[in-house]
Amino acid sequence: MTKPLSAPLDVGFDYTRSLGPTLGRFLTDLRRRKVTGIRGSDGRVHVPPLEYDPVTAERLTEFVDVASTGVVRGWSWIPEPLEGQPLDRPFAWALIQLDGADTSLLHAVDAGSPDRMSTGARVRVRWRADRVGAITDIECFELSDEPADEPVPADEVTMVTTPVHLHYTHSASPTEDPFLRGLMEGRLIAQRCPACSKVYFPPRPACPTDGVPTTEQIELSDRGTVTTFCVVNVPFLGQRIPPPYVSAYVLLDGADIPFLHLLLGVAPEDVRMGMRVEAVWKPREEWGPTMQNIDHFRPSGEPDAPFDSYSQHL
Amino acid sequence: MRPAAVVGTGQTHHAAKRLDVSMAGLCREAIDRAMADAGVDWPDIDAVVLGKAPDQFEGVMMPELFLADALGAVGKPLLRVHTAGSVGGSTGNVAASLVQSGVHNRVLAVAFEKQSESNAMWALSVPTPFTMPVHAGAGGYFAPHVRAYIRRAGAPEHVGTMVAAKDRRNGALNPYAHLKQPDITVESVRASTMLWDPIRYDETCPSSDGACAVVISAEPTSGPAAWIRATALRTEPTTFAGRDQVNPQAGRDAARALWKQAGITDPLSEVDAAEIYVPFSWFEPMWLENLGFTDVGQGWKLTEAGETEIGGRLPVNPSGGVLSSNPIGASGLLRFAEAAMQVMGTAGDHQVDGARVALGHAYGGGSQFFAMWVVGSEKP
Ligand SMILES: [Zn+2]
Repeated sequence: MTKPLSAPLDVGFDYTRSLGPTLGRFLTDLRRRKVTGIRGSDGRVHVPPLEYDPVTAERLTEFVDVASTGVVRGWSWIPEPLEGQPLDRPFAWALIQLDGADTSLLHAVDAGSPDRMSTGARVRVRWRADRVGAITDIECFELSDEPADEPVPADEVTMVTTPVHLHYTHSASPTEDPFLRGLMEGRLIAQRCPACSKVYFPPRPACPTDGVPTTEQIELSDRGTVTTFCVVNVPFLGQRIPPPYVSAYVLLDGADIPFLHLLLGVAPEDVRMGMRVEAVWKPREEWGPTMQNIDHFRPSGEPDAPFDSYSQHL
Repeated sequence: MRPAAVVGTGQTHHAAKRLDVSMAGLCREAIDRAMADAGVDWPDIDAVVLGKAPDQFEGVMMPELFLADALGAVGKPLLRVHTAGSVGGSTGNVAASLVQSGVHNRVLAVAFEKQSESNAMWALSVPTPFTMPVHAGAGGYFAPHVRAYIRRAGAPEHVGTMVAAKDRRNGALNPYAHLKQPDITVESVRASTMLWDPIRYDETCPSSDGACAVVISAEPTSGPAAWIRATALRTEPTTFAGRDQVNPQAGRDAARALWKQAGITDPLSEVDAAEIYVPFSWFEPMWLENLGFTDVGQGWKLTEAGETEIGGRLPVNPSGGVLSSNPIGASGLLRFAEAAMQVMGTAGDHQVDGARVALGHAYGGGSQFFAMWVVGSEKP
């Protein structure tokens, strides 16, 4: 069997976090080159500050200034830093107990070499020059027993932007693969369930009703019936066509399940449930392994299909 | 199965952006109100169940872990439930089952969504290679099914606008609602922009930050109790050949099981108030039929006759419903909590007089997850 088609899938968003009073205070203070903890019900000082007590679950309010120097309680060497990590050169992830704190903070130590790292080593904060109110306002820690830079005034922070980016390689399933390769040749490949005889387009690895693999391949024509539709009047992120346009469920002749596609070449107010349509393909040189090879559907001019012929597909 | 009751409910003030609180603070606003309502403290809680819709909405994987302190879950069982938009309802059902089964005596159920941390429309339409991009946006998925309902039921166009006007007016009676529009009318809904024909702007739910919490107990506490008479969960695939998207089988099956378990033979006569998950106005008549309150094709007639208004035969969404507040993950638990509030007599200005039996309902995904409960003022 040939290797299924695969393609990169990158997902990313800049999340906007509202901090509330506790984390807002912590990040505001970082921006001011100051580290703040919070005292728990058992007297321990938590850094970073916890919003709620891990023992009693009560909201915590007693902020405590701690030093920007501390001691390494545990560490791990990162020889090849990854995207988004604090440093672009080898560094140590370390649990650092700041002087005056009872818990440890996870951050990077710019030690240069694992030979220089040790549990018990003294470290201090290296403050970033352009601080925005984020944990990365601590650029990293460095091996030193000297105090870090003095606090400075800065505006209050109430929000933080957290970019999250994930990189995947998305592979087509063994069932999708012949369907996608068919599309590259302008063919519409469906599969029939051996148990219920329903024809799936696009094909599935298994029939959702019977749970058995669909194995029999069927080639469908590019004509079908609009079962139902909506007229899109609203603009949204990533939209390809200026509204208004019609997004329609198309039931290909011979298929037992409709799929959503565009219906163009007709005024939205003239579209009807039951309208007969045909595919309008993109130029062959633009074809790829995608249903987007069909640019859109348009009315075929045939008489409307009777309601009973598609009512069980609504 | 032993009896269990809702003994306390709490919710946040819902808004488009609750920038004054963190996710933890948002949850606690609801939790603190629920625990005060129940008259219980943390040592009285045996386990915590958290519900939330997809993690890409806030970009935090498994938020139940970082929220454990805020949820008072340290040293206690903590479960996360996820069934898309129905998750709040499923959370209530899971918490109920933990008490009914005798595993725990008192369970805290919490559900939240902080939509302002990202963009749900983006999160639900990440373009996967080889698949058709979404051409229709959020409401575009449901609008064709609404059109199919209107055709099948022969429903007049104004029914959708009536639902929207009613729910928004009800929302104005609810101090926690996101949208409060006491002066909305069928005409003003009709005049609002057509977004996904046949769905207008005023017929769609808002995007909200919010949370809801309930305390479920084997024994009543100091105040009133809403006894859980039945729960039901059912699921079906998003798409399969011959699937009825207007009147999904999973919803019908869940409702049938629910009424049977509750000993209800005529829901329309025996239920005093219903909190039904209606994010787009037309889902009120659709779910009235799916739930068996009316025969197929007849749901819109109940709405058109004004019987789903407060004071009608079956008040639907006296709280204002999802059309007035939609913190997605919490929306289902809000339906469940509002149903409990009706039979506890704590619904304030949107109280249905003399409500003794109420339905809480939620659905999610592509109408594929269903969660419901029936609560009553009498111990079963
Ligand atoms: Zn089958």
